[in-house]
Amino acid sequence: MLNYELVVVGGGPAGMAAALEAKDNGVEKIIILERAQTLGGILEQCIHTGFGLHYFGEELSGPEYAGRFIDLLEKTDIEVKTDTMVLDIASDNTVTAVNNKDGLLRIKTKAVVLAMGCRERPRGALSIAGSRCSGIMTAGTAQKYVNIEGYMPGHEVVILGSGDIGLIMARRMTLEGAKVKMVCELMPYSGGLTRNIVQCLEDFGIPLKLSCTVVATHGKDRLEGVTIAKVGADLKPIPGTEEYVPCDTLLLSVGLIPENELSKNTGLALDRVTNGPSVDEYRETERAGVFACGNVLQVHDLVDYVTEESQIAGKGAAKYIKGEKISSECAETHGEGGVRYIVPQRINIKTDSDVKLYFRVGAVFENAKIVVECDGAELLSKKKKKLTPGEMEYVTLKQAVISQLPAGSVITVRVEA
Amino acid sequence: MTYDVAVVGAGVIGGLISRELSRYDIKVALLEKCNDVAMGTTKANSAIVHGGFDAMPGTLKAQMNVKGTVLMPELCEKLSVPYKNNGSLVVAFSDDEMEHVRQLYDRGVKNKVPGLSVIGRDKLRSIEPEISPEAVGALLCESAGIVCPYELTIAAVENAVENGVEFIRNCEVKAVNSVGGKYVLETTAGEIETSFVINAAGNFSDDLAGMVGDTSFKIIPRKGEYYLLDKSVGNLAVHTVFQCPNEMGKGILVTPTVDGNLLIGPTAVNIDDKSDTDTTPEGLDEILEKALKSIPAVSVRNAITSFAGVRSHPDTDDFIIGWSCAADRFLNVAGIESPGLSSAPAIALRVCEILSEKLSMPEKPDFKDTRKPPVRFRHLNDEQREELIRQNSAYGRIVCRCETITEGEIIDAVRAPAGARDVDGVKRRTRAGMGRCQGGFCSGKVVEILSRELGIPMNEVTKFGGGSKIIYERTK
Repeated sequence: MLNYELVVVGGGPAGMAAALEAKDNGVEKIIILERAQTLGGILEQCIHTGFGLHYFGEELSGPEYAGRFIDLLEKTDIEVKTDTMVLDIASDNTVTAVNNKDGLLRIKTKAVVLAMGCRERPRGALSIAGSRCSGIMTAGTAQKYVNIEGYMPGHEVVILGSGDIGLIMARRMTLEGAKVKMVCELMPYSGGLTRNIVQCLEDFGIPLKLSCTVVATHGKDRLEGVTIAKVGADLKPIPGTEEYVPCDTLLLSVGLIPENELSKNTGLALDRVTNGPSVDEYRETERAGVFACGNVLQVHDLVDYVTEESQIAGKGAAKYIKGEKISSECAETHGEGGVRYIVPQRINIKTDSDVKLYFRVGAVFENAKIVVECDGAELLSKKKKKLTPGEMEYVTLKQAVISQLPAGSVITVRVEA
Repeated sequence: MTYDVAVVGAGVIGGLISRELSRYDIKVALLEKCNDVAMGTTKANSAIVHGGFDAMPGTLKAQMNVKGTVLMPELCEKLSVPYKNNGSLVVAFSDDEMEHVRQLYDRGVKNKVPGLSVIGRDKLRSIEPEISPEAVGALLCESAGIVCPYELTIAAVENAVENGVEFIRNCEVKAVNSVGGKYVLETTAGEIETSFVINAAGNFSDDLAGMVGDTSFKIIPRKGEYYLLDKSVGNLAVHTVFQCPNEMGKGILVTPTVDGNLLIGPTAVNIDDKSDTDTTPEGLDEILEKALKSIPAVSVRNAITSFAGVRSHPDTDDFIIGWSCAADRFLNVAGIESPGLSSAPAIALRVCEILSEKLSMPEKPDFKDTRKPPVRFRHLNDEQREELIRQNSAYGRIVCRCETITEGEIIDAVRAPAGARDVDGVKRRTRAGMGRCQGGFCSGKVVEILSRELGIPMNEVTKFGGGSKIIYERTK
């Protein structure tokens, strides 16, 4: 049995930032367990730029952004085990992991940070009719083949879903010489960042077909084409609008799902909207000493916010380990009127800091007002020119305001058009 | 190459026949046109070991089913294949259907099916908690079970090869010539000479029979589509839940699988193209609608994949097991639609009996009737895991995160007798890529391991052989 103060599950941007922050806040023995062969998580295959504008004030590629944290880690005594998969977190927070050098590792620890990231929604979840031929893969899988392995996954491409990875891959495949015929998006708006629609589609003349989906795939061995169709307000295909598009590759960018198998197995209930654990303002889950941050908690739009959130979790874990974490009665948070969810789900009313409430909206709003209320009283409001489902938003609640809230009260956030 | 017997088709029927033939001191080849075993009807069906009350008394279907279902548990144990005796229910939603259920009971009794009873609403509710409140009663068949059909086939062929059967893949029979008392098969893998041919070519068995001038039967391909749901809803059904059958088959069922998923389907539509395994929007809608009638809590929100298989419906309506009317050393095992999987162990025995009428088959003294159980890291306890990794560190590297499959298990699958040669082959042998992410994370890693183990470049690794390429040339 090994002994640590803090075990961080996952060495992507979330895990690294949480570990570093915990170190800065005085935690002695920290270990990061990463299942891939390198630190950095998904950033390692994101060779495009656009990372770090908020956090570093400059535009970095994914590996550069991750590299900054890897460099910082190397200057500390934080231990790292890569190629190591966590199998179980017991009810006393004992962590069991496995790798091919140490075999099974059993680690006793005071606190755990869950930072496993997210995965892409696969084809099966979409119920697209047609054949099981090759040539259908998630955009992230294709990105790995192109950027890490150095192979082309296909030459004539249709992309379903306008999530950011899909948009990035539209440009990437084009630059590598493939013909990207179109990006189809089920919703009447894109789920990706506006800057990606401009820089990855419009600059390359790739059409974005909104309210459009793939209804069938064709091909015996390798994909030969797809049938697309327009969808109505009910998101169901409109008969008669079908169109055959020849292609050898269908990339899917239809959503990300927090990777919470471990959280579920350890008994944490998941928020029905975020698919992540429910947490307080320091990202502590319902289990004392277990924290969660990054895309395992909520799917973020920018890695900069992952870093910010993970630092909060790292600080929280440090406070917990040192016995300084405030656990008081809580106020719950609740999204309404266009606000799909809020993280954190609860706030200790005696908290020692201001708290940012992060959320996403369920539709596009222009010239809207975000209103935060508690028991009918407005706590604050904020005007926004545009809100889109692809971008995370936040409002900041001052500690002084929180401390006045009654225990058990509900803080609501809603959008007024 | 000269053989005593060439078995054509490595589905569950050809696989189990080969394994049964490997008991004897004869030279056997198993020919498969695809890149792997179990690539036709075997990989896409309901995975049910039926009780045997459906088929009309006296038919081969009835005889083989009842006998096969008895043989199945022991066979699975010997081959280290998971089998579960979960029982089945035919649920009635009206008094008329209850009458139908009683007829099935009577038929089952005539077929000598053990463990049958007609149960009422309350008993049904107590043994199948999620059943629809509309259900009024059911036929309970305690002897029914579930088994993974491709795992059974993989294990059977592995065991057959260990016992000397030669497995030849990518070997499609194009013509059968009778030359000097032997058959010469012209195949995509060259000429093969054999004294006897066993036609286990599934949906293509009528085409193969046609090559010796036998046109005594015709296969009518009948497509069935399915949804496979996540393990988190695998316990929505305890038994295999059928609705009352109709002339096209046993209707839409809801069943747990031996791996703990929930399977719903199949539709039944006659088609023209025997290789048409495309799912259709109408088919998928129909499955859901009818499954909801049995178990209202089913939801396709939990779907992890959908697929379709093609049943081998013969125009004669019963299994065809016997010597061809047109060629005297050509044995047809055709029209094996449902309950084909349940019947397979009995069919294999029956084929050996028939073959022994014309071929001397002395038993081999050194026949191994068990298959070494494959390593399943996910089912081991910590001590076993530690020991395993000490022996071979490749068992310490998890490749498939969703199903907890190690690199060691994948290497084993490739190196096994008649082992995996493509990504889907690894998936069926190990479950790598079969979980929630459907290979999103691990397929690249599996491609890499296959490339290394097979000594081929990564871009020559396929999804399931043929032209099913996954990646092409190097990037710029």
